[in-house]
Amino acid sequence: MTDYAIVAQGLQRSFGDTKAVDGVDLTVAAGEIYGFLGPNGAGKSTTVRMLCTLLKPTGGSARVAGHDVTHDPETVRLRIGVALQDAALDDKQTGREILRLQGRLYGLRKLEIDQRVAALAELVDLGDALDQRIGTYSGGMKRRLDLAAALVHNPQVLFLDEPTTGLDPISRAKVWEEVRRLNEVLGMTIFLTTQYLEEADQLAHRVGIIDHGRLVAEGTPTELKRKVGEDLVVLETDEAELAAEAIRRIRSLGSAAVDVQGDEVVVRTQDGAAAISPVAVALARKKIGVRSLTVRTPTLDDVFLQLTGTRLDDEGADA
Amino acid sequence: MTAAVDIERLAGSHIRARHAGFWADLWSVAGRAVRRLPREPETILPALIVPVFFYIVNVGALGPVAEQASGLDFKAFQLPVAIIFAVTGLSQANALVTDIQTGYFDRLLLTPIKRLALLLGLMVADFVLVVTLTLPVILLGFVTGVRFETGVIGILAFILMAAAWGLCFTGFPYAIALKTGNPGAVASSFILFFPFAFLTTSFMPLEFLSGWLSTVAKVNPVTYLLAGLRALVMEGWAWAPIGKGLLAVAVVGTVSLSMALAALRGRVRRG
Repeated sequence: MTDYAIVAQGLQRSFGDTKAVDGVDLTVAAGEIYGFLGPNGAGKSTTVRMLCTLLKPTGGSARVAGHDVTHDPETVRLRIGVALQDAALDDKQTGREILRLQGRLYGLRKLEIDQRVAALAELVDLGDALDQRIGTYSGGMKRRLDLAAALVHNPQVLFLDEPTTGLDPISRAKVWEEVRRLNEVLGMTIFLTTQYLEEADQLAHRVGIIDHGRLVAEGTPTELKRKVGEDLVVLETDEAELAAEAIRRIRSLGSAAVDVQGDEVVVRTQDGAAAISPVAVALARKKIGVRSLTVRTPTLDDVFLQLTGTRLDDEGADA
Repeated sequence: MTAAVDIERLAGSHIRARHAGFWADLWSVAGRAVRRLPREPETILPALIVPVFFYIVNVGALGPVAEQASGLDFKAFQLPVAIIFAVTGLSQANALVTDIQTGYFDRLLLTPIKRLALLLGLMVADFVLVVTLTLPVILLGFVTGVRFETGVIGILAFILMAAAWGLCFTGFPYAIALKTGNPGAVASSFILFFPFAFLTTSFMPLEFLSGWLSTVAKVNPVTYLLAGLRALVMEGWAWAPIGKGLLAVAVVGTVSLSMALAALRGRVRRG
């Protein structure tokens, strides 16, 4: 029997008449990295806040580390570590003071705190900065300290809410590396929300896609991409509807799906290389100008497009 | 890179989180707040300068006239006023709002901390601060010749009574901070200081006040607090004014702390 770290059933949260999370069912196995992907306002952070006991669900239920978030929030808090968006820290304290305070609040003894702070300080590679006030830290340093603060008490389940939003590529890669190691070496279950497709693709064993408060798809990145098709032929043109119509009439493409998204036409087919030539010919016959014509394998963004009708990249930043 | 080695050190850890308990939580929150005090001198300096300024100006400008009219030792009469100016309105409410706005308050709520410790821990730091701020004012009183009729024990009682008032008054800014999470609203709570501190016997004894000011002063708890503090300085262990002073502190404390606790419950209710 699978040991689940997180189980949500029909999880709901309304704010007045607005349903921010509308019946989310999900399971996360122990030791898994679960990527929760969605655009701004999709309900990612609200879901995390419910799973972390900061917010009460208005419907459904959820168990984290074996305990109900509504009826036993205090035990859930002992089992989880959380790094929320925007690295919530106190600029007037030093990094070491923050870590030690975290340790005390989780009931650790002085010797235990000493051990954990020493190990975590090197893990997040803050060096001498650990004894400087947090107000002097860069964004990347704050994120790494925030991660260390979430790990002080050796949690079973780690929640990371958009851990790399606003970070430069080098800092982002560093956080990814740390997340992977935590999962591989410690076997820690990690629930990660992100609006970055690449982040979900690179890190997550399984991905859940949320849109307008509903979980619209779930699976491994490979499984999700397979749902879109084997290959994608993508072309950009000012006459997207005309181009789509011309492509739909190509008999050799058989049942290939053709979608229009703005000035982009996406053809999902089993063999992209074989499709590109008849597509180019059909467009040339209709005298449709094309800015670019490419063949590529599907990304999670294509999955998102297929499921929601919009591209995640177009949705703006920060949930 | 050292991470590979150190994550294995973490892997070997058998540390498990547990409830620290209310007193440990209280101590942790208070420790953080006390540590922050000297790091924000800009919030403490006005509280140090304002009472000293008022004491010197009031005694210098009004002293000769007041002493001639009332026969009072005006320096001793003004010392409790300076103390009230020093301890009223000082709190960690601004820091609390900053925590709410930055999300650090949520980080604390994610820990198994006892929720009451989040407020009372800050008030412990406030107590440390107000007691500290009474010392230079009392020293100034000594320098200008004020002597306590109640001796050393009276000085301690004087400090504790003033500190208790300061602590009770913090309930108002904390209630506003927790209810609104808005720094502007917390800053405006300072307005409460004025009616409490000026519509009372700050400058003259009650019998010298007339008209509406006399009426307002009679219902202002600070009037009774000042009478109690003045008794400790000028009269000795006069239990009637001291008791009324303590009662006034208790009434204000009951109102303000009830408001603060209600606001805390609302803030941590999990929406």
